[in-house]
Order: sequence, then structure tokens, then C-alpha cells
Amino acid sequence: MSFEMAEAILLTIATAATPLLIAALGELVVERSGVLNLGVEGMMVMGAVTGFAAAQLSGSPWIGVLAAIVAGAVFSMLFAFLTLSLATNQVATGLSLTILGLGLSGMIGESFIGTPGLKLQSWVIPGLSEIPLVGKFLFAQDPIFYISILLTICVWWFIFRTRAGLTLRAVGDSHGSAHALGIRVIRIRYLAVLFGGACAGLAGGQLSLVYTPQWVENMTAGRGWIALALVVFASWLPWRVVAGAYLFGAVTIAQFHAQAQGIAIPSQFLSALPYLATIVVLVLISSNRRMTMRNTPASLGKPFVPER
Amino acid sequence: MTDAGGKKVASETLLKVEGITKIFGTLKANDGVDFDIVPGEIHALLGENGAGKSTLVKMLFGSLQPDGGTIYWRDSAVSITNPMQARALGIGMVFQHFSLFESLSAAENIALSLGGDVTLSKIAAEATRVSHEYGLPIHPDRLVGELSVGERQRIEIVRCLLQQPELIILDEPTSVLTPQEAEKLFATLDKLRAEGKSILYISHRLEEVQRICDRATVLRHGKVVGHCNPRDETAKSLAAMMVGEDIHSIERSEISAGPSSEEPVMVIDGLSQPASSPFSVPLSGITLSVRPGEVVGIAGIAGNGQSEFFEAISGERLQDKGSRVMIRGNEAGRLGPSGRRRIGAAFSPEERLGHGAVPSFSLSENLLLSRHASDRKAYIGPLGTIRRGALTKTLERIVKALDVRKSGYDPAASSLSGGNLQKVILGREFDRSPALLIANQPTWGVDAGAAARIRQEIIDLARNGAGVLVISQDLDELLEIADRIAVMSDGELSETVPAETVTRETLGLMMGGATPEKHHEERVATMEAGQE
Repeated sequence: MSFEMAEAILLTIATAATPLLIAALGELVVERSGVLNLGVEGMMVMGAVTGFAAAQLSGSPWIGVLAAIVAGAVFSMLFAFLTLSLATNQVATGLSLTILGLGLSGMIGESFIGTPGLKLQSWVIPGLSEIPLVGKFLFAQDPIFYISILLTICVWWFIFRTRAGLTLRAVGDSHGSAHALGIRVIRIRYLAVLFGGACAGLAGGQLSLVYTPQWVENMTAGRGWIALALVVFASWLPWRVVAGAYLFGAVTIAQFHAQAQGIAIPSQFLSALPYLATIVVLVLISSNRRMTMRNTPASLGKPFVPER
Repeated sequence: MTDAGGKKVASETLLKVEGITKIFGTLKANDGVDFDIVPGEIHALLGENGAGKSTLVKMLFGSLQPDGGTIYWRDSAVSITNPMQARALGIGMVFQHFSLFESLSAAENIALSLGGDVTLSKIAAEATRVSHEYGLPIHPDRLVGELSVGERQRIEIVRCLLQQPELIILDEPTSVLTPQEAEKLFATLDKLRAEGKSILYISHRLEEVQRICDRATVLRHGKVVGHCNPRDETAKSLAAMMVGEDIHSIERSEISAGPSSEEPVMVIDGLSQPASSPFSVPLSGITLSVRPGEVVGIAGIAGNGQSEFFEAISGERLQDKGSRVMIRGNEAGRLGPSGRRRIGAAFSPEERLGHGAVPSFSLSENLLLSRHASDRKAYIGPLGTIRRGALTKTLERIVKALDVRKSGYDPAASSLSGGNLQKVILGREFDRSPALLIANQPTWGVDAGAAARIRQEIIDLARNGAGVLVISQDLDELLEIADRIAVMSDGELSETVPAETVTRETLGLMMGGATPEKHHEERVATMEAGQE
């Protein structure tokens, strides 16, 4: 493999990993609050179509990015209202959100199919980007890549270093205890779901404005599900989400290259790898009791109805 | 006014409650409740399960809103709309079902209830200081999920003390403690009273209330039925106030046939098993037999292997060979719980919700869960369908026999109070007339009236020819109902001794000086060292 090719592969891995990373970080915050939102795929695809459409209509990819974030956030509020205010089943509601998102985005995006898209331009940092091998990877990327790295640091810092993060973890561990202490469980969960929605929207926007600047129906192609698996894979720890996202991003890219080289690994096997890896990790983490107790949100998926 | 120590007490009232009413649907949980607390007193709130004690204190702490009445704090009317506000006034609360977060450390748990931006290390240092001052040792860095119930309660109390409260509400604090831990708690409460703090002490344990409380308010069916000085009352008169009728003293006839005259219903022979997790106790060389007609009691401080012993004899954990546990002459060591039930055994576990009963299932469904194997023909039709009629008929019989109070015809198990659910769980076994009953903590957290009834039923079952094994931490209970008593200590069981030859004190000595917690920590340390 030539040097240039390695450089190019690194770049494409980053582009493939970024949407997974952003969507998974958002879902990590949601799950840390004790809510399981299976609608990541739906919110992501809504972000992708809205971002693409807004960029087309305004002529600015940045407006598109903003619109993608807002679309994901608004869509997540539908989920929040149903599961938090009306205490519906989170699994069923999340699944419907995904199905609704896929259908709705197809309808909204129908007239944009085949339209050439606007691409968010990369930010090249002069000098540093000339460093061999990693220069382009670290310093000549699209803005959303930088946002994803910043977001990882912020999420980690928020969860483990701030009081609000402690409250978030407390709500995810036991909403009953949190309520008894006077913590406003529902409000915190609304905010967490909103953040998760915004992240999923941004991740979708990255797909239609950076990764492949065009609109194709179902263009998220299961990335929302991978993001969900990633959160468990990472055992709810932000740094492991980065490792997982890049690992799964690399698998996606390896899939393309394997096909191009005519290597006979069935692509279905490679697509299944993220989920297989998640199962292996689940088995591994369950053997460390303290680690599991510390990081698994105990009230994940349980509806909370305060006593009146 | 003077308190029991003869010390002057400020004449102002700290908290006064007038006509507090709370209605849930058609149930008046609190109906015009009046009482007051002065500084430097321990005030007892007495009542049976379901009398409205917890509802009342939830309103004082702002977790529930009253439907009528007024709360006065230092002589001015206040409305307490949330726990934050209660804390700001100076009211602290130690919950019955702890409000702790298992995945967080002790220090993080404490931080959550303190306002402001104090760093964790400062909170840990402060918590350690307070915990030593009041004799409540805690480890700030340990995860709550790894701690014993006693240690969890200490964290709750330390958390409460750090908020500098004037009034501390303790909801059934000793129901989860060993006698030794309870002693430590009483010493702490004495110290707090001496500092002029007030304590509202909720309990249905009369001896405790008589020992440490200065005044008592008694609730029954949501109404105040009396205020008194518990030291002027007898346990019997207090109980009569709580229950509204005299509690029947237990009748215990002598065993008709000599204990050695019949074949034992259960023989345990050299039962040993390793610990299944760092938090459980290994059993070693347990040998015991239970004969028809007698009640055998197992005493011991919590965490000395009682739960593991119950799991082993109920078949939740199988033995290495069948002959380790013989039930009515059958090798039962390799049989699961249903197999053991089929040969005449019955079991009642310690934990009512989640182990003894499925909380969201109705009572009749829970009935089926323990009897589908032993009474298959009665409750299951030829095509595997459930005979609902037969189930509800049995339920009616149990409800009538044990006077179970419930809301509705066949409500969910979780809707019953602890005492009433315990009656159903034991009642479904009594109703089978089993040859052998194993009951773990049969009256734990159950009010006096229900406990007396359950104990009487246990004795009657034995006198009608069944063998009964009762595991309990309540020595008075064992002395009241058991014919022979053995002590479990660190996974080993002593020889049994006839109940009439022992007293509380001799049993206490048999339990040994070592506290289970110390052993527990040693065990965890060894396990951790082994992993590294």
C-alpha cells in the first residue's frame, strides 16, 4: 500500500466514523439519563433530509447544518413527549420514531433526489496539515470532524466533572431516589433527549452535506442502529465511543476496499461485525461487576411516573 | 416542660401540624392529623403498616402535597412544595427504602443532596468528619451498591446531618438493621437529642419506641388515636392503641408426641457450598433435622449465611449430591424448588416483592406461581389452561383465614402493605397443609397484629403434624415460637438447643463476637486480592 493511499484511507475512515461518533455521543447522554431512544436512525435521517433541503434552498451548507440539528431536536421532542409526559413504552415509541422518520424523510426529500448537493468545505490549517500521514487526518478535515472531537471532550467533562452530570447519572441510576431528593427527573430527561436529538440531526446532516453531498432515500443505511450498538459497546463511556466509532468506521471502509480488491469476505459479514463486537463486549463487561454497576444506567428504559 | 433527662427544653414548638388530610382516590390516608414537636425531643410516630405514617412524613418533607390542613414551622404557617424547600427550612429525612444511588460513590450520593458547588473531595472530608463525630463510620469512595444495608443507612444519616437540619425524620430506621447496628443508631440519636435537635421517629417496634422516645403520637387508619409518653405505657397498651383491639397472646401447646418418636421430615447432612459471589457467604458442614410437630428456629445476625442456607434448602441452588437434603425420606438435593414442593415442602422467602411474589401480578396469579407444580390438577386444566375459579376460591379462603386487608377483589401484589402481602405468601403455603415449611424472616417489617397472627399459624401448622423451620433475626420471635433453636454464624450452624433452656443473652453469646460486616470486608479483600 502506498503512502498516499494510507493517508487517503485514514481520511475516509474519519469521515465514515464522524456521524457514528456524534450520534452515539448524543444517545450516550440520553441513556445516561435512563431513557432508551431507539429512534436514532429516524432522527438522523430527518436531519439528513432537512439539512440537505435547507442548504439547497438557502444556498448555504452552514444553514443546512443548523437545520439538520434543529430537525433532529424537534423530532426527538415527539419521542420525549410520548415517553416522558405520557409514559409510553420507550422501545415501542423509539421504533415508531425510526419508521416514521424513514417514511417522512422520503416524502420530504422526493423532489431533491438527483439534485447535486452543496458540500461543507474542509478547514485546512496551513503548515500543520503538511505533516506526513497524520497531517491531513488531523488538520485538513471538514468542520463537523472538529465538532465531533470537541463534543467528545465536552460530553466526557460534563458527565464526570460537573454537578449537572452527576445529577444526570443519578437520574439514570434511580429515578425514584432522584425524585425523593427533589431532583426534577422529567425535566432532566427532556433535556437529555433534546441533546440526543440534536446530535442525531447533526450526524444526519454530516451524511448529506459532507460524506455524500446528495439526498438518497434511506441514506443513513443503518448508521443509527450502529450508533445505538456503539453506546453499549462503549459501556456508556465517551472515550470508548470514539474508539468504537473509528473501529466501525474502519470496518465500513475496509468493506469497500475488500470489494475493490476482490477479496472474498462476504460484505454481509463485515456489516454484521459491529453487532458481533457489541455482543462480545457485553459479555466481557458483565464479568467486571464494579465497572458494570458504575456505568450501566440501572433505570434504562423504565418509565417514570411521579407519585402525586 | 422537661424531657426525660430533666434538661430544660425551649417552650417554642419547632413543628406543628393541624388537621392534615391526604386523600388517595377513596382512601383517606391521613384524616385531620394533629401533633407537634419541640426542640430536643425524640417524638415517635406509631402505627401499623398502612396507618398513614409514611404519607404524613412525605408531606412534611414536601414529596407529597396535603389536601387540607396546615403545617407550622417555628410558629409560622408554611407550605412545603418540594424536598429542596423542606431542606432549606431545616427538615432532613432518612428514608425507609433508601433514596441512594447504587452506581455512585458515597461521596457523590451526599453531594447530590447538598446544594452549591462544593468539590467532591471537600464533601468526602466533611462526611468523614461528621461520620466519626457521630460514630457512623462510612467509606466515601465505595460504591453504594457494594455496601451492606447498615452502611447504606449510615450514608443516608450522614447525608442528612451534613445539611444541618433542626428536625430529622427517620422512617422505620431499624427495620433493616442488626441488633448491634440498631444499638449504634440509638447512641447517635441520643447524641443528636443532647445537641437540641428534634427527631421524628417512625416505627412499629414498641420496645424501641419505649426505650428512646420522649413522646408518641399514635395513628390508626389515618387518624390520630392518641398522644402519650411511651414510657408510661406498656407494650401491650401501646399495641392496643395501634391496632384498636387487644393483640392475642400466642398459645403454644406442648408437642403432643415426644420429638424423637417420629421420622424427621427433613434431614440436612453435611451441606457445604462455596460462595457464589464476593458478596455471599460460603456454607460449611451444616447438619440439621426437623421432625414432625416441631418448630426449629435458626437465629443469627444478618449476612451470616441465612439467605444462602435458604437458597440451598429451597432448591434455588442445587447440592452436590441428592442425599445432602432429604425431605420425607426422598433425596431432594438435586431437585429444584418445584420438585421439592411436590414431595411436600413449602417455602416462604425473606424478600416479599420480587422473590416471594411478582409485584405486578395479581394475588391469584402469584398463588398459582407457587402451587402450579404441587397442586397441578387443582389449578391447571387438561389443555394447560388456568382454572381461574379454583384460584380465586383458594384466594378467598386464604384472605378469610388470615384476615388479609386489600383494595379490590384480586389486586396486584405490589398494592398490598408488607404485612398483608406476607399473610398471603405464607397463607398460600398454610393452605396446602405442607409436611414441611421453611420460612425466612416470616414477620420482617410486619406490624404487631399481623405478626402475632402469622406466628400463631406457624405454631398451629406444626402442632397439626408438619415440621417447620423458621430463619429469623428476631430473637424474641424465635423464643416465642420455636421448640429448638440453632445459631448460624459465618456459614456454620451450631447444634440445636431446646428453646426453654436458652435466653436472649445465651443466644447472643452463641452468635459470637464477630460482626458480619467485618467478615464481609475481609472476604471482599481476599477476593479482590485473588483477582489481582
